[in-house]
Amino acid sequence: MEATAATPDSLESSSRLWSWITTTDHKRIGILYGATAFVFLLIGGLEAMLIRWQLMKPDNDFVSAETFNELFTMHGTTMIFLALMPLSAAFFNFIIPLQIGARDVAFPRLNAFSYWVFLLGGLFLNASFLFGAAPDAGWFGYANLTSIQYSPGVNIDFWAMGLQILGIASLAAAFNFIATIINMRAPGMKLMRMPVFTWMAFITQFIIVTAFPVITVALVFLMFDRMFGANFYNPNAGGDLLLWQHLFWLFGHPEVYILILPTMGMVSEILPTFSRKPLFGYPVIVYSGILIGTIGWGVWSHHMFASGMGAAADTYFGAASMLIAIPTGVKIFNWIATMWGGKIRFTTPMLFSIAFIMLFTIGGISGVMHASPPTDLQQTDTYFVVAHLHYVLFGGAFMGIFGAIYYWWPKVFGRLLNERLGKLHFWLAFIGLNVTFFPMHLIGMLGMPRRVYTYSAELGVGGMNLAATIGALTLGFSTLVLVYNIWHTAAKGEKAGKNPWGAATLEWAMSSPPPVYNFSVIPEVTSRLPLWTVGGMNEIPDVPPEPIHVPGGSYWPVLAALGLVGFFTGALMHSLWVALAAAAVLVVSVFKWAFEPFEM
Amino acid sequence: MSTAAIGHYTSTGQDTRKIAFWTFIGSECMLFGTLIATYLSYEGKSVVGPTPQEILNIPLTSVSTFVLLMSSLAMVLALAAVMRGDTRYSKVWLATTAVLGAVFLVFQAFEFTQFVDEGLKISTNLFGSTFFVLTGCHGLHVLVGVIWLATLLIMSARGKLGPEKAMNVEIAGLYWHFVDVVWIVIFTVVYLIQRGPAA
Amino acid sequence: MNLDRRSFRRANQLAVLASAALLLGLAGCQGPFPQSTFSATTELGEDLSGLFWMIFWWGVAVFAVVQVGLIYVMIRFRARPDQPDPAPIHGHTALEIAWTLAPAMIIVFIAVPTIQVIWKEAGTDTANALQVQVIGHQWWWEYRYPEYGIVTANDLHLPQGRPVELQLTSADVIHSFWLPRLAGKRDMILGRTNRLVFTPDSVGEFWGQCAEYCGTSHANMRFRAFVHTAADFDSWVAEQTSAPAAAETLNDLERRGLAAYREVRTPASNSCIACHAIQGISAGVLGPDLNHMGSRSTVAGGTLENTADNLAAWLRDPAAVKPGSLMPNTGLTESEIAGLVAYLHSLR
Ligand code: HEA
Ligand code: HEA
Ligand code: HEC
Ligand code: CUA
Ligand SMILES: [Cu+2]
Repeated sequence: MEATAATPDSLESSSRLWSWITTTDHKRIGILYGATAFVFLLIGGLEAMLIRWQLMKPDNDFVSAETFNELFTMHGTTMIFLALMPLSAAFFNFIIPLQIGARDVAFPRLNAFSYWVFLLGGLFLNASFLFGAAPDAGWFGYANLTSIQYSPGVNIDFWAMGLQILGIASLAAAFNFIATIINMRAPGMKLMRMPVFTWMAFITQFIIVTAFPVITVALVFLMFDRMFGANFYNPNAGGDLLLWQHLFWLFGHPEVYILILPTMGMVSEILPTFSRKPLFGYPVIVYSGILIGTIGWGVWSHHMFASGMGAAADTYFGAASMLIAIPTGVKIFNWIATMWGGKIRFTTPMLFSIAFIMLFTIGGISGVMHASPPTDLQQTDTYFVVAHLHYVLFGGAFMGIFGAIYYWWPKVFGRLLNERLGKLHFWLAFIGLNVTFFPMHLIGMLGMPRRVYTYSAELGVGGMNLAATIGALTLGFSTLVLVYNIWHTAAKGEKAGKNPWGAATLEWAMSSPPPVYNFSVIPEVTSRLPLWTVGGMNEIPDVPPEPIHVPGGSYWPVLAALGLVGFFTGALMHSLWVALAAAAVLVVSVFKWAFEPFEM
Repeated sequence: MSTAAIGHYTSTGQDTRKIAFWTFIGSECMLFGTLIATYLSYEGKSVVGPTPQEILNIPLTSVSTFVLLMSSLAMVLALAAVMRGDTRYSKVWLATTAVLGAVFLVFQAFEFTQFVDEGLKISTNLFGSTFFVLTGCHGLHVLVGVIWLATLLIMSARGKLGPEKAMNVEIAGLYWHFVDVVWIVIFTVVYLIQRGPAA
Repeated sequence: MNLDRRSFRRANQLAVLASAALLLGLAGCQGPFPQSTFSATTELGEDLSGLFWMIFWWGVAVFAVVQVGLIYVMIRFRARPDQPDPAPIHGHTALEIAWTLAPAMIIVFIAVPTIQVIWKEAGTDTANALQVQVIGHQWWWEYRYPEYGIVTANDLHLPQGRPVELQLTSADVIHSFWLPRLAGKRDMILGRTNRLVFTPDSVGEFWGQCAEYCGTSHANMRFRAFVHTAADFDSWVAEQTSAPAAAETLNDLERRGLAAYREVRTPASNSCIACHAIQGISAGVLGPDLNHMGSRSTVAGGTLENTADNLAAWLRDPAAVKPGSLMPNTGLTESEIAGLVAYLHSLR
């Protein structure tokens, strides 16, 4: 594991498998995250297509009840934990060190470890399909349906252990990014000069650090109940089933801000660039992000209004949930004000970002409708919730992510994605999304519960469900347009210079793709918008600095990840030996890793 | 782990590992916080015995608590020794800390077997479930700490733990003190203030 | 107060029509919408939908402001050729305060009525209410009327004009009782009892469904509620409290059915009497009470209309009708099935 001397184009030239497996370069790890998460997005989307095909008409029998239940559980779990979170992580990895002027993240090997744990955790979860035992208790797996009595198969074990594995990946990454952002900013990069994307990512990491331990404990309880007969979720022993709900949503609600804040950051980068105007009210956007992250901790029980918590709790959680509309609204208005008086270019990233504002507002408003406990008694567990969650998650988070893909693609790969195909993708997605999810508001209010594999024609919602299915197929097709665009760009894409969009932040100050050492000289910034300000930063020459050392590769993180996931596999198989052997691999790898020379 | 700073520049002047470690401790607080909150919310709700009042041996655990407290003191001395480059006392105090931690684990192992003999298992009642998972999770943390300290001890014995490596010991110390403080909370909550219906 | 509610109801219906018509037209749907939340027939239901529409219109207003703003900006500030770079404006304190306060005001307008309704529902008087215990099972509903000593399943019968207090709990996993036109949902949780209080206003048949995902056949956990005039309700009570007809009065076919019902099968857990209750014959509790199966509107938790064919299909292979059903395939012969259908339908 010698430190290797850097070559400027090593990102492109060393395509050997081994170098990718042992890589500790934040940019390559970012690419790995992105590619893996994108594949999971296709899988989660395919599951959505099957769900929609089944619901296309009343009393359909395209898939069985059992399969359908597996599909929506895996769809929700995949989209949230395997597609959206890691796609954000891809951008954290690639962009944050560049935006703050660092040579890598604080702990490159820990970073590699996070990725491999994520990958193996995702494979672990999806391996359940091979055994015909995919998780089937919904993405929030309410106890006691998940108890061994009502779910005797290994389906729930796959789910509970898979989520614990993924939690470890997220936590490890969060420690890493917090340390990176706190301590590795270039000279002059004060906290209030950080790009908003880095800021929102920073807040997100704090939410991860505090929220994931809660679900980990909840899942450990579940595993102990299932494996050793513990009583945490056993009402007959005096246990309270609401314990799970409280613990899950104590994690689950902050989780939705883990999903949306990074995208809010991305949009806050894209809008100023294409309006050619600085972000309006930067400090307020930062503070409102902090506020969202904080209040987000105190509203979890709005997912439990039907569980009978009592009037006082309903009052508190209803009002607290509504409060979040205020800091969010401030962001929305500041974004519009950013565009006001600007010089707006309607590039693909800009279109996606504008659509984000429109669609997220719809989802936010239906969120506020949920937040009123009495009326939520009609909405909860119906398609109205499904509409809300897709407007914020697809209309919000994913539209933002798509924008970010188009925006940063040239930085990552040196070529611009095709704009015409991009606009086709955008319009298909924008229309498809509304056709799919808008009718769901009404479907829900007209009486269709969620998570039903079949419904009666007499409910009168068959037509709207057909519309939703058609919309979903459009959405699926739009994603394939993106896939084609990527393939097309790889061969024929227009070469991007350093700063194809004329953006203001530090990552655009170096060649595209960035050299392996990122910055040839230490950047020193004097402005929040270094590239838009005269003297905003020093000159960054394109020649490699002398001498430079960048971290070499290491295979210990991969082995440690294998050991960790092997341990859970042993637990799943109820095989002490497999678990012990894997734990030994983990321990040895961690020791080797700790004592491996890894100098910069 | 080494830091990948540009040169040795850091924004805060603090060691990056230390910052990451404080973050880690933050998340550990949430972990134990959740476990303790669950313990409290289930306290006195078991439908069958044995109850804490019947089974907890406070004098015995007070001794092990004292042992763990002393180990924190030894940890402080170990760090001081490493920082001033005193190899002999580095070894002595690191070893003391690790041994005291191990003694605590022995007490816990004894307590657990005792309870199982007296009819309290993880599956017996809510108390059993919450008690074993909470204290077991803490015990696991102590075990990791003991292994960590043992590693430092070996490094020290090989002469590879000079003052320049003091940060390694400081972080291990942070961890150790944290685990100790958590135990004080657990000891107070579980052993000292018992609520709920007596037997 | 009644007048108030009526005009309120009318306003609501107008609002619904206005906004729903367009969408419905687009989607090509019509229908009676038996589970619609838009056609509440109780004060509770109207309170809930009143709040809904109030927040809805605020939402429309917010949505309009945002969209109009965006569209204006998009048209007005398109990049034009040769346009110089715009002035770098970094913010405007007064404006930012304004658009913090405006949403805050709206939130107050939304929160205050919300909280009023919460406490109003919590304080509903139940002194004179009809108590019904509703117990969720995978995947059917059990109802007990302690006042009358009635135990029945899947069809819920209620009197018009008298408050009812549903006491909701579960025998296994979590379910959620949802009867949209009469009340919102409440979860049914083992180890807890939740309440739902409302006064049925109009006579009729209403549809309901389990709303919390509860396993394989969650989609098939449906039910009907029947609201009767006071007199009709009394005769329903009389019917339900009457003893089943004596075996001697049954015809041949029905008697064959009774024999099949009584038969101890192998394994014994496959016998009807192991799971079902019929007064004087069996007292099983795993499945629905069958005392008055003939008077039920549906078979198997609202899955099928209670016709002879459907009942036969159910008895032939429950899991084919309702995936995962906890009633096993008891291996009945066709002649046993015919007998059982006749017998069960004779129990009115
Ligand atoms: C990205 C993810 C995301 C985001 C950002 C949000 C944002 C919000 N959510 Fe959502 N929510 C989910 C993801 C998300 N949600 C998911 C996945 C579920 C379902 C889980 C499941 O059951 O499977 C869910 C469910 C859910 C429920 C439970 C519903 C139920 O099951 O009964 C509730 C209830 O209060 C709720 C409320 C809110 C609120 C108040 C916001 C607010 O943060 C929204 C704030 C934004 C705005 C309001 C718009 C912009 C503001 C203005 C323009 C200012 C002016 C506005 C007003 C004055 C109204 N959400
Ligand atoms: C980020 C999160 C996210 C995203 C992006 C999506 C995207 C989509 N979702 Fe998802 N959904 C959830 C999160 C998400 N969903 C959650 C959390 C739930 C709740 C789960 C639960 O109840 O437990 C849910 C539930 C849910 C339901 C309700 C199921 C039920 O209650 O019974 C439905 C029904 O229509 C649905 C539909 C869709 C559709 C049509 C899309 C479309 O946007 C998808 C578009 C398609 C693609 C992006 C991929 C295109 C791929 C192909 C065309 C195939 C090519 C394949 C290969 C090459 C392998 N979703
Ligand atoms: C192991 C238990 C079990 C046995 C044995 C059993 N049942 Fe059932 N039965 C159930 C359950 C559980 C249900 C509810 C199923 C559902 O709706 O999901 C049910 C439902 C029914 C229903 C529909 C009731 C309604 O209200 O819709 C009828 C009729 C019925 N059973 C008749 C029979 C007959 C006749 C036999 C014997 C030949 C029998 N059952 C044997 C458990 C059993
Ligand atoms: Cu019962 Cu869903
Ligand atoms: Cu929430």
